[in-house]
Amino acid sequence: MEKQWYTISVYSENNVGLLNRISGIFLKRHINIEGLNVSKSEIEGVSKFTIVVFTTEEWTRKIVGQIEKQVEVIKAYYHIDDETIYQESALFKIKSDLLFDERQIQNIIKESNSQIVTVARDFFVISKTGRRNEIDEMHDALEPYGIMQFVRSGRIAVSKAEMPITNLLQEFQNQ
Amino acid sequence: METVKALKKKHKNNSTIKISGAEAIIHCLLEEGVDLIYGYPGGAIMPVYDELYKFQDKLTHILARHEQGATHAAQGYARVSGKVGVAMATSGPGATNLVTGLADAQIDSTPIVCITGQVARHLLGSDAFQETDIVGISTPVTKWNYQITRASEIPKIMAKAFYIAKSGRPGPVLIDITKNAQFDELDFVYEKCTGVRSYKPYPKPDLKSIEAAAKLINDAKKPYIVWGQGIILGEAEAELKKLIEKAGIPAAWTIMGESAIPTDHPLNVGMVGMHGNYGPNVLTNECDVLVAIGMRFDDRVTGSLDTYAKQAKVVHFEIDPAEINKNVKAHVAVLGNAKQTLNLLLPMIKENDHATWKAEFDKKYQIEYDTVIKNDITPSKEGLTMGEVIEQINIASENKAVIVTDVGQHQMVACRYAKFKQSKSNITSGGLGTMGFALPAAIGAKMGAMDREVVAIIGDGGYQMTIQELGVIFQHNVPVKIVVLNNDHLGMVRQWQELFFESRYASTVMVNPDFVKIAEGYHIKSNRVSERAALKDAVEEMIASKDPYFLEVKVEKEDNVFPMIPSGASVSDIRLK
Repeated sequence: MEKQWYTISVYSENNVGLLNRISGIFLKRHINIEGLNVSKSEIEGVSKFTIVVFTTEEWTRKIVGQIEKQVEVIKAYYHIDDETIYQESALFKIKSDLLFDERQIQNIIKESNSQIVTVARDFFVISKTGRRNEIDEMHDALEPYGIMQFVRSGRIAVSKAEMPITNLLQEFQNQ
Repeated sequence: METVKALKKKHKNNSTIKISGAEAIIHCLLEEGVDLIYGYPGGAIMPVYDELYKFQDKLTHILARHEQGATHAAQGYARVSGKVGVAMATSGPGATNLVTGLADAQIDSTPIVCITGQVARHLLGSDAFQETDIVGISTPVTKWNYQITRASEIPKIMAKAFYIAKSGRPGPVLIDITKNAQFDELDFVYEKCTGVRSYKPYPKPDLKSIEAAAKLINDAKKPYIVWGQGIILGEAEAELKKLIEKAGIPAAWTIMGESAIPTDHPLNVGMVGMHGNYGPNVLTNECDVLVAIGMRFDDRVTGSLDTYAKQAKVVHFEIDPAEINKNVKAHVAVLGNAKQTLNLLLPMIKENDHATWKAEFDKKYQIEYDTVIKNDITPSKEGLTMGEVIEQINIASENKAVIVTDVGQHQMVACRYAKFKQSKSNITSGGLGTMGFALPAAIGAKMGAMDREVVAIIGDGGYQMTIQELGVIFQHNVPVKIVVLNNDHLGMVRQWQELFFESRYASTVMVNPDFVKIAEGYHIKSNRVSERAALKDAVEEMIASKDPYFLEVKVEKEDNVFPMIPSGASVSDIRLK
């Protein structure tokens, strides 16, 4: 079975220690978490984990089964990239000299629709939000000039299909 | 001494009372119907032990000799009684010593609640004396765990702990409680937990899937049932019996499912798995419909998944959705508690008789009997076999004993040859394979069913892993019968070394102490047998004893357990020798 990117969404109670339980499931299967974001969800008191993995559908399904088994997990889903609208954010820290000496850097900023967040005497910081490959492309473009620091956030994602999660959760609770 | 209920009456508001967290823990246990706990005191749990002292007439505490022993005793108690077992320990090493028992209970779905003391809240994370992150350590081996840091949390969390441990697919729960929470006071009101929003322990059965299962079973020419512990945990023994009798289906068991149906039932065809019976393994690959009920297709059962029951339509009755399609793909999956789903299935099942198909099992049994069983049970060679010892225990106990086994050759032999009339009679460490399990588990099993004979069958290796629990037997006069089948080896590892490592017996030869003297040191009546002529009388004397009894049987040093499916081989490739 072919490996691809999967976004796993986990709706859970907001309890201490649950991240440890969930990450342990990936650890046991030797599957690397490529992206992780935890935030509040559209439902009050319910947290949402957005976890990105690169693996097969079979493994993803089994992992989701194990995640759903956790007492504090309300429901978990998985989607391929085409089924979601997602974004990640990245920050690039670059030497300030380059902003003036390397005209190409300004072009990269313009063409990538990224923003300069701050400019200091020694460095400036570019922020880029987009799909993972867009951030990768920008990283590749800037790398030859020297990147002082780079950081990328976890993924945030919503499904393309209508997914009335509040109703689904209500239905789940009424089962 | 007054109970919370009595105190409530005296209280002006008739609603709540102020008590310490430590006392609240005791009241929670009493409210849950707990009257027996196993444990070991220490600094961080002392306030609770101090309260225990006051409640001795309501709550018996059994002082294990090691915290691991406390957990296995709680497991044995739970498995035989069907109730939740409770174990308690202090922080740090006390807590970490519980981990093996927790892991064992997790994989074998045993409902236990472990309570650990923890350093005070203000010391958490400071590497204080005897501090460990037991919640972090135990996370992968518990169904649920939680750290209580405030006394006010105690009633709600304890109620939740018991609910989670025993509901759905049962399992171990660990509650870690900081010392300040034990000392602080709270307004105590207890309400049993009846549900947790995010946790649905009993999947709602889907009638369509049950209809599909019934159709497959009714249309099958060679149907075959393999049941597991889900039958026992779901109390579905009667329903399973009705199903196999109505449809005339041969049925086999995993070691965790053993004893759910009497051994001598004509449609009970034996044990599946690595050292299971010949027919049940080979015919897995010849049936046309395989009905798996309350079992999880463990690798010891399936052997190579690439060749497991590929010709069959698989129907899987299971309470845990995560088990569906985990190892073996199910053509029809029926989610739910086995008692409930089988009751829905039964009216849809047509009466049938698969005598020709059942005869295939009988033929295979005859082959296994001639090649293996006869030599194990009625050997002609000089040395004593483990099989003949089990057979003598069957005879002396009239197949009524609870048999508790450790892990290794003796375990496989006992599971193969022990005969049962009653459910919840076979207590073993199935999933984790924990050496050291049997002695403390037998103590718990006896306390969970004082009216039953409990016989622990243990190898010389595993016996020494928790041998200190003889102290509990002595101190509390627990009338368990202990049989050590001594072959002076770590027998199962030695067998593998012989078969797969050119007989290089690396570190499997045991030079053992005088086990009889050790038992006598604990004032336990003892005997040793090394000759066949003395075996029958020795076993009879042991079973007749009203007191704890230790029997060492010197068996053949280099006997092997057959049949055997070599690791990773197909169930069809089971070896008879």
